[in-house]
Amino acid sequence: MSDTATTTKKDWTSDQEVRWCPGCGDYSILTAMQLLMPEIGTRREDTVFISGIGCAARFPYYMNTYGMHSIHGRSPAIATGLAMARPDLDVWVVGGDGDMLSIGGNHLIHALRRNVNLTILLFNNQIYGLTKGQYSPTSEVGKVTNSTPMGSLDTPFNPVSVALGVEATFVARTHDMDRAHMQEMFRRAHDHNGAAIVEVYQNCNVFNDGAFASITKKDARADMLIELTNGEPVRFGPEGERGVMLDNGIARIVEVDDVGVDALIVHNEAAPDSSVAFALSRLAGDRESPTPVGVFRALDSIDYGAAVNAQLAAAQTEGGGDLHGLLHSLPTWEVS
Amino acid sequence: MTNTDERLAEIREVDRIIVRFAGDSGDGMQLTGDRFTSASALSGNDLATLPEFPAEIRAPAGTLAGVSAFQVHISDHDIHTHGDAPNVLVAMNPAAMKSDLPKLESGGTVIVNTDAFEERNLTKAAYDSNPLEDGTLDGYSVITAPMTALTKEVCKDLGVKPRDAERSKNFFALGLVSWLYTRPTEPTMHWIREKFAGKDLVIAANEAAFKAGHAFGETAELSASRLAVRPAELPAGTYTNINGNTALSWGLIAASQKAGVPIFLGSYPITPASDILHELAKHKNFGVRTLQAEDEIAAIGSALGAAYGGHLGVTTTSGPGVALKGETMGLAVSLELPLVIVDVQRGGPSTGLPTKTEAADLMMARYGRHGEAPLPIVSANSPSDCFRAAFEAVRIALRYRTPVILLSDGYLANGTEPWRLPDVDSLPDISVDFAAGPNALNEDGEHVFWPYIRNEDLARSWAIPGTDDIMHRIGGIEKEDGTGNISYDPENHGAMVDIREERIQKIAESYPSLEVVGVPDADVLLVGWGSTWGAITGAVGRLQRAGRSVGHVHLRNLYPFPNDLGEILKNREHVIVPEMNLGQLTALLRAEYLVDATVISKVTGQPFTAGELVTQIEEIVG
Repeated sequence: MSDTATTTKKDWTSDQEVRWCPGCGDYSILTAMQLLMPEIGTRREDTVFISGIGCAARFPYYMNTYGMHSIHGRSPAIATGLAMARPDLDVWVVGGDGDMLSIGGNHLIHALRRNVNLTILLFNNQIYGLTKGQYSPTSEVGKVTNSTPMGSLDTPFNPVSVALGVEATFVARTHDMDRAHMQEMFRRAHDHNGAAIVEVYQNCNVFNDGAFASITKKDARADMLIELTNGEPVRFGPEGERGVMLDNGIARIVEVDDVGVDALIVHNEAAPDSSVAFALSRLAGDRESPTPVGVFRALDSIDYGAAVNAQLAAAQTEGGGDLHGLLHSLPTWEVS
Repeated sequence: MTNTDERLAEIREVDRIIVRFAGDSGDGMQLTGDRFTSASALSGNDLATLPEFPAEIRAPAGTLAGVSAFQVHISDHDIHTHGDAPNVLVAMNPAAMKSDLPKLESGGTVIVNTDAFEERNLTKAAYDSNPLEDGTLDGYSVITAPMTALTKEVCKDLGVKPRDAERSKNFFALGLVSWLYTRPTEPTMHWIREKFAGKDLVIAANEAAFKAGHAFGETAELSASRLAVRPAELPAGTYTNINGNTALSWGLIAASQKAGVPIFLGSYPITPASDILHELAKHKNFGVRTLQAEDEIAAIGSALGAAYGGHLGVTTTSGPGVALKGETMGLAVSLELPLVIVDVQRGGPSTGLPTKTEAADLMMARYGRHGEAPLPIVSANSPSDCFRAAFEAVRIALRYRTPVILLSDGYLANGTEPWRLPDVDSLPDISVDFAAGPNALNEDGEHVFWPYIRNEDLARSWAIPGTDDIMHRIGGIEKEDGTGNISYDPENHGAMVDIREERIQKIAESYPSLEVVGVPDADVLLVGWGSTWGAITGAVGRLQRAGRSVGHVHLRNLYPFPNDLGEILKNREHVIVPEMNLGQLTALLRAEYLVDATVISKVTGQPFTAGELVTQIEEIVG
């Protein structure tokens, strides 16, 4: 940890040429990360980025850390092994909505429910970019693409709802138009003990341009983004005139003047039960209505690698294994 | 009553006995066979076993599908297989009789639990009439006992409920068989007390049933049937009776200890490999980490992630799992990281025969990845040999930084044999060095780390996160040799394909010389791999005693082939390859060496017997 204070963005930038399309939202995420890392208090040598396949998955090549660009969907599984074996490392997982929610959906949910000490960044652009524009598991119903000329029929995933549903202990959402917000979410996720997932709304300017513009453009944010603040009533709007209350367990957007501020949900990231966080996550149904961003859940808990290593330590209280003893542990007999 | 000396005098000595215990899945036949085996092992016999059980945990009681059997071959000399035809069949019910009587040698002994031969069970076993009465058993030596009733009777005064008492009837059978074949009783009694510690009624019932079975032999005047098998003359040493899955697990642990690299096992439960996961999960004191992953792909993925972090990554599975792991194996080939993939083969395709053995995954091991993705293949020959094979697989993986496929099979996994325990100090040191700093100069003359710079083995360095000054990125995209940078250059790709093949071929330089047993320069050469070793060894012995001149070479390393194999195959009149598939090694040998190899196939879910090999070899040789 000695040289963390002395690094700059340049130290965290690899010598590889960045190969995303000009104007891609991934650039702003990469810059946010490279600027954040010098502040975050970890060594480059102890930092690993693991990715699968897709545009987002090129991310590790551009960070001057350890990195593995693996295969489609498998990054959470590969990272699980690394984090269990090496709890001393800072392991990040980067992938897109196709990588993590389609082909890798199984690995993502199990990494989350096991609470493996990973910081998972899910770049959600609601489209397959690298394969040239097919609909993804987060695309809206009716999406017309090369593979769905009459419109897609599948109900999309809401990644935050998925994460909360599979017992993730840290769940957040941010977007690529707000560097400071991204950095705050990445920092919080990194500092979390256990599996942390951040959904990043990310613009694909080639195949799905403007997918989030209705909520993330500067002049739309005050009305369309609901900033979650721990311990505060959930409210938004230029003057904070709107808010969210629970109505029979369902989150409803209301005018604060109509219901009074006391009727609003007071956000509690650390609530052991994720029901309210889940209700809030349901507000992101489409891009026409206000969408919560920020930390939905941050629950302190022991991470998987630590628990695994505690079992190892317990098994070794009387010293390490004795190979001779192992080989003689079943009944034996002598032949002379 | 005869005195002890007279009774002992009646015991006939034989050089070997093959006993087959067969009953319903719920009758405890695996346990009975296992106990008989253990007592025989402790008496110093050589032995080999074949457990056979249905894939269903509780198949319908009394049916043919529900028959569970355990065959054990005990001997006073060195043996290699579970034997051809059993000499003795213990049939606990009609279904067991129906399915297993055809396996018994003609004139063999049948021991029957008569209580189970009632109308309902006979119908379930599709018997039109009672085989105990209709002449079915003519020509066999038959010992009948109402095992269920006698067991209930001795348990009556112990306070054991009749239903519970009935469950102890396998111990009656074990007691009777132990008496007939003069096995020591104390190991079994000791085992009962230990296994059921805290359950006093169960101990009492099992002990009573065992003693009753033992006593039954004497009182029913069965002395004429008593046989003894002397201890085998085996090389001096300490022995234990071990199955393949346990030996394989211990081999991995031993290799991990000798390498100084902790094991990380990622695994998904699958028959017949799960016991390796169970065994390794017990040994956390050796620093073993195990993950029961969400699927086969995550199992190998996590192992590869751990390997990237400097651990000995291992994944264990059977054929269906290997099929799922193919893409990650390709990644491991591309990343050039050590990894051990254990395939305990079973009957296929698809779900196939989960509890039956087969060795038809060789081509999948050799070619089952897209692109040119060579990796070494190691195979085990016998249950105890799984230890050495696992050690060899780890040695290759670590030294050459490559995924290695280790092939075992269901027969080896569950079969047992006595194993002369190695001195742990005699196991070779296979320790590894991790990259510690920069290894190249860039254009600007700066010290940098290039992940794909190679040593004399053509292996790249094992560079693990957490190390200063060697941060680097690797991935499945084609990379430039040396720097490891992404490269789509056609010439570079061609060169990398060649290097990946060449570096695997170099592994053969580290093999010991092949040994041809039997007559090394015989016109007839048997080439084997895997669990056929026992049957081939037995067949070679018989053929030689019959005056035939045959040689046998058994391959530990199936890829790359040993460098001296080509010479050994030359100038033979017959190259014969017995294998539990339709001819996969045969095809590889023909392709590699242009040799006219002939396959002897068996794909029935059953291992070869020496007898059937002798017959088929004689047919081929004429």
